[in-house]
Parts: sequence; C-alpha cells; structure tokens
Amino acid sequence: MRYGETPSQTVGPYFAYGLTAGQYGYDFTDIANGVIAGPAAKGEHIRITGQVFDGNNVPVNDAMIEIWQADANGHYAKDPVDVTSDGFRGLGRYGTGTDPQNRFVFDTVKPGVVADGGAPFVNVIVFMRGMLVHAFSRIYFSDDHALHGVDAVLQSVPADRRKTLIAERTETPTGIEYRFDIHMQGDRETVFFDV
Amino acid sequence: MPTFKPRDWGSHAPYIAPDYKSTVLRGPTRPLLPITSGLTEGTGPVFARAAIRNLDWDLTQNGRVNGDPIGERMVVHGRVMDCDGRPQPHILVEIWQANAAGRYVHKVDQHNAPLDPNFRGSGRCMTDENGHYRFYTIKPGAYPWGNHFNAWRPNHIHLSLFGPGFATRLVTQMYFPGDPLLELDPIFLGTPDAAARDRLISRFSIDKTEEGFALGYEFDIVLRGRFATPMED
Ligand SMILES: [Fe+2]
Repeated sequence: MRYGETPSQTVGPYFAYGLTAGQYGYDFTDIANGVIAGPAAKGEHIRITGQVFDGNNVPVNDAMIEIWQADANGHYAKDPVDVTSDGFRGLGRYGTGTDPQNRFVFDTVKPGVVADGGAPFVNVIVFMRGMLVHAFSRIYFSDDHALHGVDAVLQSVPADRRKTLIAERTETPTGIEYRFDIHMQGDRETVFFDV
Repeated sequence: MPTFKPRDWGSHAPYIAPDYKSTVLRGPTRPLLPITSGLTEGTGPVFARAAIRNLDWDLTQNGRVNGDPIGERMVVHGRVMDCDGRPQPHILVEIWQANAAGRYVHKVDQHNAPLDPNFRGSGRCMTDENGHYRFYTIKPGAYPWGNHFNAWRPNHIHLSLFGPGFATRLVTQMYFPGDPLLELDPIFLGTPDAAARDRLISRFSIDKTEEGFALGYEFDIVLRGRFATPMED
C-alpha cells in the first residue's frame, strides 16, 4: 500500500510563540535557537548572519531559517538536540522578526568536510508566510575557495549562480562573521535544491 | 545513494500560487536544482522525550493562569508514517494555533478578537514506538486576513515535524471536516490536487471522543518514504 504525502502548508506569519518562543520573548521553551554551537564546542567559532529579500528586494521580517550542520570534524550529531548544551548542538532556528535589520543570526562553529563532501557547508531551510513549501539551500564559505572546485554539489550548480551559495567572511572586533543573504527572486535569486 | 525517495511534488503546492498573493514575491521563480549527495540528506536532528515537558502536549492546560481556556475542548490523535506505511517513531510534532475566537497570541496579530488569558496556543508532542501522537487543545476559531476582500482562514492547527531525516521536514496545517471556508481559502487550495488536499482535513471520531470531556479528531501525517536498504525487502 502506498500513501500520498501530506501536503506542505505555509508556516504563516504567527509561528513565533510556537517555534521561536525564546527569541521573541514568549513564555514557552525552545527546541532550537540561534546557538548551533555553544562556547565549549570544538572548532573555529563563527557567526552567520544575513537577510532574506523578497522579489522587491525588501527584507522579509517574518521568515524562519533553520540550519542543520556537521561539527568541526564533519560529523552530524547523532545524540538528541539539547538546547541547554554549551557544546555542539547541530540544529539552529531563527526568525527574522526581532533584529532591527531583520537579520538572522547564528552562532556556531565552522563545519568540517563531511564524508561524501568536498567543501564545508551548512544546510539551510527557508520558511515564511507566502511559501506553501519550504526551500532547501546550502551555505558554503568564501575562504574555502580551493575546495569549491572539488565539491560535486557546488560544481553541479551553473557557474553564474554558484556565488549565491557562498557566504563572505569578514573579521569583526567580536569575531569571525560570514554574511549570507537569501534572495527569493531576481538576478541574484539564491539556488534552492530539490532535496 | 539517496536515503529518501524524491518528494512527491504532485502532493504539494507550487511556490508561486497567485491566488495566495504573498507567494508572488516570495516564492523562488527558478527550478529547484537536483542534488545527488546521500549522506547529508539522510541525517537529521533527533529529539529526546525530555524535550517534551509536562504540559507541552496539553494546550488546554499549558497556558492556564487563573482558569480553563474558553472554547470547545478537543483531542487530536494521529499516526505519523511514511508513504510506504511504515510508522515513524519518536518524531517531534510542534503545534501552534489561534484561540477559540480566532486570535493568535503572536504580537503582530491585530485581529479584533479577544485574547484568552488562559490559552497560549502552542505546544509539542512526540510519536510513540508505533508512530502515534496525541494532544489536547481548544478548537481554533476562523480569522480574517488581508489576502482579498472578506478573506477568512478556515479553522486550522499548524503542525511542524522533523521526520527521520533533514529531507523529510514538514510544516503543514490540519483542517476540520465540513468547514465551508475551505473551498474559499487560497492556502488550502494552493495544493492543486484534490485528493492531496483531502489529506489535510482531519476526521471527527466518536471513538476518540472522550465522554463528557473532549471531541476527538484523527489526523494522520504521511512523510516521504525511504529507499529500502539491502537488509530489507
Ligand atoms: Fe494560522
């Protein structure tokens, strides 16, 4: 017997008190937040920030971004996600409605190369009002340029669109930051994958 | 070798569904690119039962301040399975919804309907070994939205699931049988296939109804299937 999939429906505008309660100041616990790796996690500690732009190039203030990534050794977490852990958690979730510029902000460690991968990356899922189905993407890192050429997934992307998947590294007074903007539409439309 | 069978796009909405106006500027316009890597897409977060705290699965209790919430008490039972009918154990199900008057606790909800001091409207539960889940709540009210003149969302409960892998992630909405607003709702109708849409509508169940306490509804959720490993079949 084969069953049809349950259709996806939009996360809508009012997810915050259910899915990102701590970040938005609601009295409910979180299962994930902007900390993907706590201070005790091994690896290079980095921050990933960015905005989500709609087809008019306006920052979206009610998107929710999730990240799932490998640790600094290239291993995905197998233990249950623990939002109280000060080590590596693996999962992040952030809504764009609390930052004055509608950025998402993730504190994490730079992932290692996974066993069947070529270059380090993190997996991204984009949800928002106006999306009936979420969209999967990946963030690669600008300083791994040498490895990008051996990454099969990145190489499968047409050359003129690869840069939409590469976060720019900057050194700030508070640490290393990568900037990754997501463009839903337009010339710079981010590459989304049929995961 | 990918772990999960491809998403069945025939069961889902397109990214741009113009009757639902905000899709027009927010949905990707270019085709999704195929991805062949197997390892990453087969992994995903897992959650311990400890992630579900005492009243998380009882929305009639978890927002109480000084009394019971107003509205029709209900219990939702369901099974999470994959498209080959395999039960999906230990799957986290997150829930959020409007109160009986159709108002969300969310600060940007400006609908002129009362908040209920004893109802928050969010919770979570987890499937058991056989893929069954259950939660208690109050039947959510319909609410107006700005998509078009006199637009009203049908009664619905939002559900978010992490399946067995990152690739099986699903966010959906559960609707109610016989709701006249369904045929007018561009979000529900965004899924073009009528048989697929029917899977978004819960069933009333007198067997699951609890005598003198709560009306019972059933809502099964079907996630993508897995390719058989050489050990199986
Ligand atoms: Fe809603």
